[in-house]
Amino acid sequence: MSETSSAAAPTAPTAAPRKRAALPFSSLSVILPLGGLALVIALWALSSVTWSKNLPSPEKTWQVSKPFIMAPFAKRGELDQGIGRFAWYSLWLVAKGYALAILIGTPLGFLLGRSKLFARSFDPLIQILRPVSPLAWLPLGLVLFEKSQPAALFTIAICAMWPTVLNTAMGVRAIPQDYLNVARVLQLSPSKTFFKILLPAALPSMFTGYRLSLGIAWLVIVAVEMLTGSPGIGGFLWQEYNSLIYEHIILCIVTIGLVGFALDRMMSLVERRLRAA
Amino acid sequence: MAAFLELRDVGKGYGPPGNRTNVLGGINLTVDEGEFVAIVGYSGAGKTTLISLVAGLLTPDTGTLLLDGKPITGPGPDRGVVFQSYALLPWMTAFENVYLAVEPLFPGWTAAQKRAHAQRYLELVNLGPARDKRPGELSGGMRQRVSLARALAGNPRVLLMDEPLSALDALTRATLQGEIERIWAQDRKTVVLITNDVDEGILLADRIIPLSAGPAATFGPEVRIDIPRPRDRKALNHDPRFARARNQVIEYLLGPGGRKRPAAAAPARSIAAAAPPAAKAAADAAPLPRVGADPEGAAA
Repeated sequence: MSETSSAAAPTAPTAAPRKRAALPFSSLSVILPLGGLALVIALWALSSVTWSKNLPSPEKTWQVSKPFIMAPFAKRGELDQGIGRFAWYSLWLVAKGYALAILIGTPLGFLLGRSKLFARSFDPLIQILRPVSPLAWLPLGLVLFEKSQPAALFTIAICAMWPTVLNTAMGVRAIPQDYLNVARVLQLSPSKTFFKILLPAALPSMFTGYRLSLGIAWLVIVAVEMLTGSPGIGGFLWQEYNSLIYEHIILCIVTIGLVGFALDRMMSLVERRLRAA
Repeated sequence: MAAFLELRDVGKGYGPPGNRTNVLGGINLTVDEGEFVAIVGYSGAGKTTLISLVAGLLTPDTGTLLLDGKPITGPGPDRGVVFQSYALLPWMTAFENVYLAVEPLFPGWTAAQKRAHAQRYLELVNLGPARDKRPGELSGGMRQRVSLARALAGNPRVLLMDEPLSALDALTRATLQGEIERIWAQDRKTVVLITNDVDEGILLADRIIPLSAGPAATFGPEVRIDIPRPRDRKALNHDPRFARARNQVIEYLLGPGGRKRPAAAAPARSIAAAAPPAAKAAADAAPLPRVGADPEGAAA
């Protein structure tokens, strides 16, 4: 992952000394990812003319996708919008579900980390609920809320919550006893203990959780949109599959990947700053 | 004069009933107001447990602790603690670490007064120029100065120091010993210093008390240090009183207060506890029990 990021900025002074490659750093880190990409596109092109006639070729994919990419925020109709606009709808839904996940997951993580009783009561349950797929949660959300939008939020929140819960709990458990003794000796009030000691001490771990949660939220959105038919990148993908425009499936996959990657980079930048502090 | 700080028959152990290791057994101590007392003992003998009891971070199994006639039930602003590991908060600057102690203790003050107070104590430990540095940017000696400033800034009646200098190199250690003596001479606060360095105890304290090796550590005969202050480190080496005090303490620690022989038909548990590395691991883990950490596991 750092490989690709340094390819984007090959002359970044911070990245240069970390590499110990025999070849000049800038040429290798550009050539290798490009070579990998070229190889995959070649395999794709080959597949489209050999064993999978339904798979659109790279060239055709580009031609059919071009209007959606070149005017990313155009709105020509409900089902015919720029890819950026669809991504934006999805991001907005993810943002809401993710906010919900963090708002619920963080306090839950603190409780789990601070209270042995709470941890012993709920840890087994969490371990069982954690691996449940979004596809399983969504119908329950529909039963509970009877509308697709709240059901989607419910599904994103409940799937994305677990890394936040577990990492927060881990961060809270790892707070050195010394810090807690300081809080007791200095007679800090509970709120002061929380904001001045517990929270800053657990923050780096919490952010690791937040980053992983965001990744899951973005993963879940596609499935949720497919099932609920909400407008967005996942909804568009499913609709284009049904309309037999297979080129757009590939366009959507690439867009989902790029957006997810950008989100992860963003979060890990924040996370690294926190860890360094 | 009634004792200012008094420990009566204080005992403390760790572990479940039936499988309990007594760390401290029957500790009696009286400290007068303004007195500087040093407690010297082996690593893992229970020194940190002792200071945690006085600080109110732990409660004793037996006996009582009294400060100014009132029983100690928990931590309080009347006792300042300097931790062995500094225990500074790494996300705060030196100043903020000290300010954290000042803030809750003087509710009637304005923010400016509190800030000036914290600043004064930073300067007292010669850290004025480093006020905006975080602990990670400070040397070990400077960190312990911040910790000392934090403990003093709350204006406690007793200063408890748990091996404050044991993690420092010899030269920094000597400098900080000088600082501690200088600061103590200013307001003659009551001090209980825990140390594993007999010379340090003699240099700083009015009275030095050896703590026997655990388990069930107790105090040996105390030694009064009547060398006039300020004590000169160089002259001290040739002072017969220094040599005598040193010998008394060391003789006790190596003799009757030394590690118990495992051969004395002891059960398997105490053999393990008497073996130095295991005993140290057990005692280091024991005073600060954590979720999921079993202090007994280290000794067993």
